[in-house]
Amino acid sequence: MTNGLKVGTRRDERLAQASPLRGLLRRVEIGALIGAAVVWTFFAIVTPRNWVSVTGLARIMDPASTLGIMAVAVALLMIGGEFDLSTGVMTGTTGLIAGLLGTRMGWPLWLGILAALAFALAVGYLNGVMVIRTGLPSFIVTLATFFVLRGANVGITRLVTEQVYVGGIDQVPGFDTARAFFNTGIMFLGVEWRSSILWWVAIAAIASWVLLRTRYGSWIFATGGDANAARNAGVPASRVKIALFMATAVAAWLVGTMNIVRLRSAVASQGIGQEFIFIIAATIGGCLMTGGYGSVLGASIGAVIFGMAQVGIVFAGWDTDWFYTFLGIMLLAAVLVNNYTRKRAEEISVAVAKARTEEE
Amino acid sequence: MREPILEVRNVTKLFGSVIALSGVSAKVYPGEVTCLLGDNGAGKSTLVKILCGVHQPTEGECFFEGRPLRFASPRDALARGVATVYQDLSLIPLMPVWRNFFLGVEPEKRLGPIRYYDVAAAKRIVREELGKMGIDLRDPDQPVGTMSGGERQCIAISRAVYFGAKVLILDEPTASLGVKQAGIVLHYIVRAKQRGVGVVLITHNPNHAYPVGDHFVILRRGRVLGDYRKDEISQQDLVSLMAGGEDLVKLQQELQELLDRGANAAG
Repeated sequence: MTNGLKVGTRRDERLAQASPLRGLLRRVEIGALIGAAVVWTFFAIVTPRNWVSVTGLARIMDPASTLGIMAVAVALLMIGGEFDLSTGVMTGTTGLIAGLLGTRMGWPLWLGILAALAFALAVGYLNGVMVIRTGLPSFIVTLATFFVLRGANVGITRLVTEQVYVGGIDQVPGFDTARAFFNTGIMFLGVEWRSSILWWVAIAAIASWVLLRTRYGSWIFATGGDANAARNAGVPASRVKIALFMATAVAAWLVGTMNIVRLRSAVASQGIGQEFIFIIAATIGGCLMTGGYGSVLGASIGAVIFGMAQVGIVFAGWDTDWFYTFLGIMLLAAVLVNNYTRKRAEEISVAVAKARTEEE
Repeated sequence: MREPILEVRNVTKLFGSVIALSGVSAKVYPGEVTCLLGDNGAGKSTLVKILCGVHQPTEGECFFEGRPLRFASPRDALARGVATVYQDLSLIPLMPVWRNFFLGVEPEKRLGPIRYYDVAAAKRIVREELGKMGIDLRDPDQPVGTMSGGERQCIAISRAVYFGAKVLILDEPTASLGVKQAGIVLHYIVRAKQRGVGVVLITHNPNHAYPVGDHFVILRRGRVLGDYRKDEISQQDLVSLMAGGEDLVKLQQELQELLDRGANAAG
């Protein structure tokens, strides 16, 4: 009884302390934002001349854009409580499908791209259905998908082209319009920006709006937070999860298509290993590994951090062999900052709150 | 005499050869709290599951608003105004109060063909509804998981009442709560009753049931042991009935013997 009273008093004090700063610190994205500021400042000191310029910004946004598109989709999926390890390799598969159909079967490029979209939707659907039906962790199910696709990418490409890449995509009819639509250079402020940046901003804005301002957003949070409770409230949790797997696959298709129209070729090993970068970007952005919590904006900032690291290393003139090492360190730091601020900002962190309810 | 809003007549439920309920009858009146009391295994949960559509009775009938009825599912029951608040609450700990409150029934606004969540209305209504039940919600954005067990029960109850529940079935709402928290929930039950809701309170705690209850149905081993209005039974009698009356006397004797034997062995 005395304990109960003590807790009650502390709660009231806490409410009295609420301030605008605390409100800011309570935002999901704060960790990513601080991480981004730290990485930016770091490179601004190491390599100030190129870094602090419009050119520098355009260069950073180039890798950040395609990564950001994936991170946004992966963030939604993680908030919905699932993982997808087949996202990276799927960017390769979809590009190869469009490229092979165009260069070897004589299909117009647009038709090949649409076929790749259909394939992505089907694989996303299958991933979702397998996770729901088997009740296995999505980590395992999509790991299987990852290996199947990874093998098929190389196997089929080698079978058809006797090489591990598909070249000459720019000779396929419809290439110019596809390139203009998906990924082209736009001159602005005297430097070239990739149009994929516009795609990314639009997708992030729409995804964020859906998540925060539509009923589907609430359903995604609820499905990831507690699928059974969500079902009891009338949320079609299984359909939500399947839709999220499909959305993630479609994002991979979009990025895969962006890659082939830009590079004019498709490589069989494209995208392998990228799936972890997407997941990590979403995690830096505040997504909990356990689902039910996270932010699209945060995931986008996570993508920017990766873009900065990728470009910053080149600007600093370091050996790119060290890229992943550097990335790992940056990542750890960002996640630590993220966790630290979140714990500081909330009296009871959400994770603790979740654990507490599960105990009861 | 008023009509009961929900009634079960001679309901029997068999699970294979196990008789979970046998010839149980009970009535729920609007604006009253009907307490369903019984020890573990008395058949409380089975009766609740029949009332809210999870199970169908093997024999006997259910009446809702005077008409014979079988709910196809809990969602069917909910749509007709029978809401059940389970112990696990169906609340999502990580989500803010307002998202939880409107989960599955989100208020929407339209802008041409686009429909979107009316967040401002959701937050306002949550504050108002909880206010009506005597809870001052300062921050609708607070995740439900950071709230106390009693507050969470209250949110679940007020959600059911707001969405037009005529009958509110509460499954052990005070079981895991401390004294003060349980008090908040009991307050809340009375408020719901005052709004004309027929409340079914399932509990094994007669001390929680007696102050709020209008009538008491005591279950034991799948049968109705007694059905009393409040003026027909004292709190003490209710407690002793619940504890098993004669059984309790026997238990006391046995325990005393055990203690005596222990003392003798030590001595």
